[in-house]
Amino acid sequence: MNLFKRLMCYSRRHSPWLFHMNSGSCNGCDIELVASLTPRYDAEQLGVRLEGSPRHADILCITGPVTKNAVNAIRTVYGQVCGPKAVVAIGSCPATTNVFIDSRTLDGPLDKHIPVDVFVPGCPPRPDAIIQGVVKAAQILAERGNNPPQSEIAIATVSGEELP
Amino acid sequence: MNIATALARLLIFPGLLFAVPAAWFFLWVERKAVALMQDRVGPPFMQPFFDFVKLLGKSTPPRVGIAGALMKAWPLIAVSAAAGAVGLLPVLPSSGGFEGDLILLLALLELPSMCIIAAGFSSRSIFGEIGSAREAALSVSYNIVFLLAIVSIAASQHTFRLEALAALPYSPMRLLGIAAILVCLPAKLHLNPFSLPNAEQEIYSGPMTEYAGPELAMWELSHGLEWVAATGLVATFVAPHVTLWWLAAFLFVALSFAIVLLLSTLAAATARLAIDTTVRFYWQCTLIFAVLAISSALLMRFRS
Repeated sequence: MNLFKRLMCYSRRHSPWLFHMNSGSCNGCDIELVASLTPRYDAEQLGVRLEGSPRHADILCITGPVTKNAVNAIRTVYGQVCGPKAVVAIGSCPATTNVFIDSRTLDGPLDKHIPVDVFVPGCPPRPDAIIQGVVKAAQILAERGNNPPQSEIAIATVSGEELP
Repeated sequence: MNIATALARLLIFPGLLFAVPAAWFFLWVERKAVALMQDRVGPPFMQPFFDFVKLLGKSTPPRVGIAGALMKAWPLIAVSAAAGAVGLLPVLPSSGGFEGDLILLLALLELPSMCIIAAGFSSRSIFGEIGSAREAALSVSYNIVFLLAIVSIAASQHTFRLEALAALPYSPMRLLGIAAILVCLPAKLHLNPFSLPNAEQEIYSGPMTEYAGPELAMWELSHGLEWVAATGLVATFVAPHVTLWWLAAFLFVALSFAIVLLLSTLAAATARLAIDTTVRFYWQCTLIFAVLAISSALLMRFRS
């Protein structure tokens, strides 16, 4: 039984499938997320796969400052991802709503609506930081299993880069 | 073929005990070949196995009623049909078989595709329905060529018994038939020029959109087993007849591997075609050759 648990934990860590969702992003973070799958960064080495359906995903990657229109969609998609799951907020927008703060069209930041596990700050963050964030989220997910998410939050940055 | 050898073929070689690791291996080869073609490193060797274990540990959305029960049943039917198809392949010399096992093999090879169509429609998702409609259109197009090619091989050799067909010497008819089967394989395995039903990102995941967790793991496994069965069918037609059992098994694995590499390279080198282009390709370009093959096979049969 213990062996099976360890195998499951190891598999969860080594096969994070992503679903990417844009909640009003300027597309900067979106292309960086796609860039992390290109030959230069090649996130597939770590088992990462960008999935077409939220049902298949383990990790929900959300970009954008969460517009009012996107709130219901975010809640629906978060519900559609089957557990165990983790959420990665990519870019400064979902973390703080960034330069769009106090806009009347926004209802951010993201953690007002769903529990976020990893923030990847940056405008946009580098692909290496996104990959590090995804790996951290996969680790959190493997350790947590089917238990409900806790309040501890990880922040992923490229090593050497200063946090604002 | 008595019940013991039948069970051994279904469960051990070339059945489940061989086919499941082979399915994971072929899935890995497919992804790795695409990665290498794109100058990437690609996934580690155990990746399909990790994916499978991880999917087994995920939860599934609650499914109610008959549609829910059907949705749970389709992937299991697909896996068992594909495993049965692998078990029928005459890999080892004098492995038995029965008159007409080619027809059963073709039926079993067709079942996973039928299950995919049914799964998409029973999921009631709009993307699933689009994917299923595409799969149905694709299946009607390539199956004519696929079946005509196999029937022409069988008709020219006067038998529907796989082992007898595999043991016969090469003929131009057989080579033409093998070429026609190879043209159909990318569509049968949903590979890139014809990856329409599960067109990633374009229609979410097609018929698989609503599937999650262990059910999705079964779909992945059935896809891998389809790889083993379809490439194995070509390998049995291509392989020269040898009497040593280990050489026969080695040749089977090596030839299957070569076909997997060929198909994955083709998948990496091409982009997805639209559904009308695909249907036109099969009906206009390849159907002529299939009709030529079957008519010359029948003519040869009348002459002899």
